[in-house]
Amino acid sequence: MTTLTTPVAVDQSLLYPSPYKEFWHAFSRNKGAVAGLMFMLLVIFCAIFAPWVAPHNPSEQYRDFLLTPPAWLEGGQIQFLLGTDELGRDLLSRLINGSRLSLLIGLSSVVMSLIPGILMGLFAGFFPRILGPTIMRLMDIMLALPSLLLAVAIVAILGPGLINTIIAIAVVSLPSYVRLTRAAVMGELNRDYVTAARLAGAGLPRLMFVTVLPNCMAPLIVQATLSFSSAILDAAALGFLGLGVQPPTPEWGTMLASARDYIERAWWVVSLPGLTILLSVLAINLMGDGLRDALDPKLKNAA
Amino acid sequence: MSLLEIKNLNVRFGDKNAVPVVDGLDITVDKGEVLAIVGESGSGKSVTMMALMGLIEHPGIVTADALNFDGKNMLKLSNRQRRQIVGKDLAMVFQDPMTALNPSYTVGFQIEEVLRLHLKMSGKQARARAIELLEKVEIPGAASRMNAYPHQLSGGMSQRVAIAMAIAGEPKLLIADEPTTALDVTIQAQIMDLLLALQKEQNMGLVLITHDLAVVAETAQRVCVMYAGQAVEVGQVPQLFDIPAHPYSEALLKAIPEHSLGAARLSTLPGIVPGRYDRPQGCLLSPRCPYVQENCRTQRPALDPKSHSLARCFYPLNQEVA
Repeated sequence: MTTLTTPVAVDQSLLYPSPYKEFWHAFSRNKGAVAGLMFMLLVIFCAIFAPWVAPHNPSEQYRDFLLTPPAWLEGGQIQFLLGTDELGRDLLSRLINGSRLSLLIGLSSVVMSLIPGILMGLFAGFFPRILGPTIMRLMDIMLALPSLLLAVAIVAILGPGLINTIIAIAVVSLPSYVRLTRAAVMGELNRDYVTAARLAGAGLPRLMFVTVLPNCMAPLIVQATLSFSSAILDAAALGFLGLGVQPPTPEWGTMLASARDYIERAWWVVSLPGLTILLSVLAINLMGDGLRDALDPKLKNAA
Repeated sequence: MSLLEIKNLNVRFGDKNAVPVVDGLDITVDKGEVLAIVGESGSGKSVTMMALMGLIEHPGIVTADALNFDGKNMLKLSNRQRRQIVGKDLAMVFQDPMTALNPSYTVGFQIEEVLRLHLKMSGKQARARAIELLEKVEIPGAASRMNAYPHQLSGGMSQRVAIAMAIAGEPKLLIADEPTTALDVTIQAQIMDLLLALQKEQNMGLVLITHDLAVVAETAQRVCVMYAGQAVEVGQVPQLFDIPAHPYSEALLKAIPEHSLGAARLSTLPGIVPGRYDRPQGCLLSPRCPYVQENCRTQRPALDPKSHSLARCFYPLNQEVA
């Protein structure tokens, strides 16, 4: 008596891990990246719910409590958890509100340099004869200038302020996107699938944006997260130089600058904004590293 | 009239005086015919097909007396007109299946794309047809593979998908550019069987570019042997294999390892294909030819009819055999 084993039809598509699951698996193996992500989630939460999270109005001056130390130090007040600054404003509230500005500057400058950067990189890669070298030489010139100096020059021309700071940072970080995109495009253009797409009748716009661009995204995503952190840093630097966001707006760099006279008497006024900048930049960089490890198949399983 | 007619095709890279990569090539393919193009690397096999499809870009220069496909002059077409033919009536299968598919999109999407573009199918219709095509190229569990990304498929599987994409537009002529080179031997046989079965079923013309003479012997009706951009011998399959007229064809056949059984060394043809700066004045094979004569070094032979085939040689071999 033979038993007939009927083959069970297994839906193959169920066996593949979904791209998101695969990505999370790779990302979560990097503990530093997860820690960075946690911190960033906290910062984002603070930024979104700042008016409810912050204990005080960031511009409210409590004249009786100038330069109050943080609560755990001698002379600290429980209502000012991280102390107050030289005008009696609550430091914690200012830091929380400052995260809004920093994230706004980071996000908008990344978007403002990512989109033109990708476009210019695509064109540079697709037209290697005249347009490509022209764009690349232009980018080389921009790269030859120290980025902060260039940003300072741009702000000096446009005048200080939030929007101009964003524009300056976006312009400064443009070359790296252009170069990355172009390199990725040139690598992909030699692949057979691009020839196959041309064979199948794809026109230039379709070739650029549908066929090639999605395959160039991995390095760009990583670069975007990393330049997010450098945007925050640049914004702080511009603020420190008095060229960024103007007081009394609570911006981390501006806070640093206005507090530096009190560095010997009241260390917390300087250290806490500095520490916040340090931690958020570190968190974003860790996260970016994790993203790169998770998105770049060449580095997968290498660690 | 032939499906594909190429007359005196020249492809150069650089200026007008550059050494031609393809030099005065004549090829015809009829409906339902299998033509094999063989020759060592750099002999211009792939460039010929790229020229046909209008994919030679600056600084390449393509000239031909005729480059007709299905009654249309491919040289005269605008880009838009060419795009309507290429990919539908004229399709290609590439050498390396791992790079022939776009890694960002699912297999199903990529096949449906061709169907929607060239056959104007709607979403549902295209999906059904794509599954049908995947079944046709013998992919198990075709419906579930539709959502797979190329990196989830093996090389042989990817090549099957690439073939499915190529035949999606029901082409009149399929060009297979070394379709089995990147695959292992058992898969090679399967892919060749598949290609030939499809060719017979749809009565396509098939141009098979390959290094593998065994494949040619089994499958092709006619062979064109290329050397340094020129066709050196064009003939019917059994004759060209049994009694090659051109010394280069003979050397190619001798170089098959099975023909050197028992010998201490495999048979080879010394030297390399002449490059841009060392092209001989006479017959291009003259520096390497074992039968070279004095006038071979100074004059170039033309591709003339010999007793069994067309050969480009002053002193063709095996002519005495009736």
